[in-house]
Amino acid sequence: MKILVPVKRVIDYNVKPRIKSDQSGVDLANVKMSMNPFDEIAVEEAVRLKEAGTAEEVVVVSIGEQKAQETLRTGLAMGADRGILVVTEDMPEPLGIAKILAKITEEESPDLVILGKQAIDDDSNQVGQMLAALLGWSQGTFASKLEQDGDKLKVTREIDGGLETLALSTPAIVTTDLRLNEPRYASLPNIMKAKKKPIDEKTAADFGVDISPRLETLKVTEPPKREAGEIVPDVDTLVAKLKEMGVAA
Amino acid sequence: MSTLVIADHDNSELGSATLVAVTAAQKLGGDVTVLVAGEGSQAVADAAAKVEGVAKVLHADDAAYGHGVAENLAPLIEGLAGDYENIVAPATSMGKNVMPRVAAKLDIQQISDIIAINDDGSFDRPTYAGNAIATVKTSDAKKVITVRGTAFDKANAEGGSASVEAVSGPGDSGKTEFVSAEIAESERPELTSASVIVSGGRALQSGENFEKYIEPLADKLGAAIGASRAAVDAGYVPNDYQVGQTGKIVAPEVYIAIGISGAIQHLAGMKDSKTIIAINKDEDAPIFQVADYGLVADLYEAVPELTSKL
Ligand SMILES: Cc1cc2nc3c(=O)[nH]c(=O)nc-3n(C[C@H](O)[C@H](O)[C@H](O)COP(=O)(O)OP(=O)(O)OC[C@H]3O[C@@H](n4cnc5c(N)ncnc54)[C@H](O)[C@@H]3O)c2cc1C
Repeated sequence: MKILVPVKRVIDYNVKPRIKSDQSGVDLANVKMSMNPFDEIAVEEAVRLKEAGTAEEVVVVSIGEQKAQETLRTGLAMGADRGILVVTEDMPEPLGIAKILAKITEEESPDLVILGKQAIDDDSNQVGQMLAALLGWSQGTFASKLEQDGDKLKVTREIDGGLETLALSTPAIVTTDLRLNEPRYASLPNIMKAKKKPIDEKTAADFGVDISPRLETLKVTEPPKREAGEIVPDVDTLVAKLKEMGVAA
Repeated sequence: MSTLVIADHDNSELGSATLVAVTAAQKLGGDVTVLVAGEGSQAVADAAAKVEGVAKVLHADDAAYGHGVAENLAPLIEGLAGDYENIVAPATSMGKNVMPRVAAKLDIQQISDIIAINDDGSFDRPTYAGNAIATVKTSDAKKVITVRGTAFDKANAEGGSASVEAVSGPGDSGKTEFVSAEIAESERPELTSASVIVSGGRALQSGENFEKYIEPLADKLGAAIGASRAAVDAGYVPNDYQVGQTGKIVAPEVYIAIGISGAIQHLAGMKDSKTIIAINKDEDAPIFQVADYGLVADLYEAVPELTSKL
């Protein structure tokens, strides 16, 4: 089995985003950037499938600015075999990303593409499903468990009411949820080794797909601020408050 | 202008998130049609026809649609899409799973999780765990939209008298097979529509402590139970209890956070609650920055005392 794992460079999840004063977006200058946490889970799952002998090759791909190379190196240090960097001037929208990934998937012919269910910057939750649509493949989104079952992939999904298991025919798309695994930290020797692993560099134009944006961002603003309230001295005061609100009799 | 709303349901009841999507659809203007795709789902189609503001219900009843498998649902929706300018679904696990598949097939850039529809035709949507609200306008002629369940009022479940028309689609794609579901039955109100929520965090230390400390308080208040990611990851409670950026978005009248620190990912899911109450032994916990009432205390003492005094 060959696995493709798209990874996105995003603001680190520990950083509180600051909005630019001209409301054009979030200020990312001098902000710590990392691999999108859901994509780390995707890389981890692929590497585990390789370690278990189920997969032979894991290819990581990132689309974005030149610096996304660092994100690919992280994936390579975790155990992926090689990387593909697609350099674009601006970050394409999910549909544009899915179109580029569809082309790469056609070239690479993986049996499985594992993606994060959402990127923690844009929070769109679209690319995996869009890629599945463009390729006409099965999709197992929000996965908390992945097992091979003959020629099928059994995926347990986190849904609103609990869990659901689907059997996907392959090739297939899987998107990760938080409980799928706990990603490893790359060891120093593996970080050193990753520096020698190949990264193939391309540009969006190489794929001949239309990735022009459909959405215009008119402004980006802060949500209304919640003011901190009062610290109550004891449980009795809290009981009184709940009664005042009519929540307790 | 006309809008197709994709209903979220379990083949017997129309989910309340659908009522929210209907309100958003009405705000877009024009006629609202609801698609109920399911198996043995007549009751849902009938319920959808009674929703105020719904002009028409399309009912696709087929084994292929019984479990909401996206590979089967998306082609059905694509086939109907020609007649509508907007295709709208609630941002539930169904909507999140199915709609991007529809959008990509129609070559449309979906607008996810909208919280407002503005007069100039633009939409507001939260990004960066709700820390940045993006106002976006699309150049796509047709729109595919998912709607945040806490952002609009629910449409009236009664008062409408829409016609129900049977429709059919390509049926089973043969790509994906439903195997099983583990859906917990609970007497409690549903998390996303509850008016009171009691949520527990890592500080609960075990599932037993959730039963011993959180449940009795929730019982007293008729509340739903929620949790932080840490509590779910540790296996104290099931995944569907998770509140946050990547879990459920809630906005009850009262949200009580117990032993939860208040990471931005958790706040993203509950900071639109009307009143927030926090119990935490660390007075510097970030949760106190959004709480209307904070109690600095050890939960193992404060929660039993609170429960007994209610
Ligand atoms: C990609 C990603 C997505 C995420 N999505 C979500 C999400 O959707 N929802 C979510 O909740 N988190 C999410 N997180 C995790 C989030 O960052 C935090 O790690 C998590 O919310 C912490 O949970 P907690 O508050 O229960 O635990 P902690 O942060 O460990 O807080 C425990 C709190 O309990 C208090 N405490 C301890 N003992 C007691 C006691 N005896 N009495 C009273 N108080 C006590 C402590 O003072 C502390 O404040 C996500 C993280 C990532 C990376």
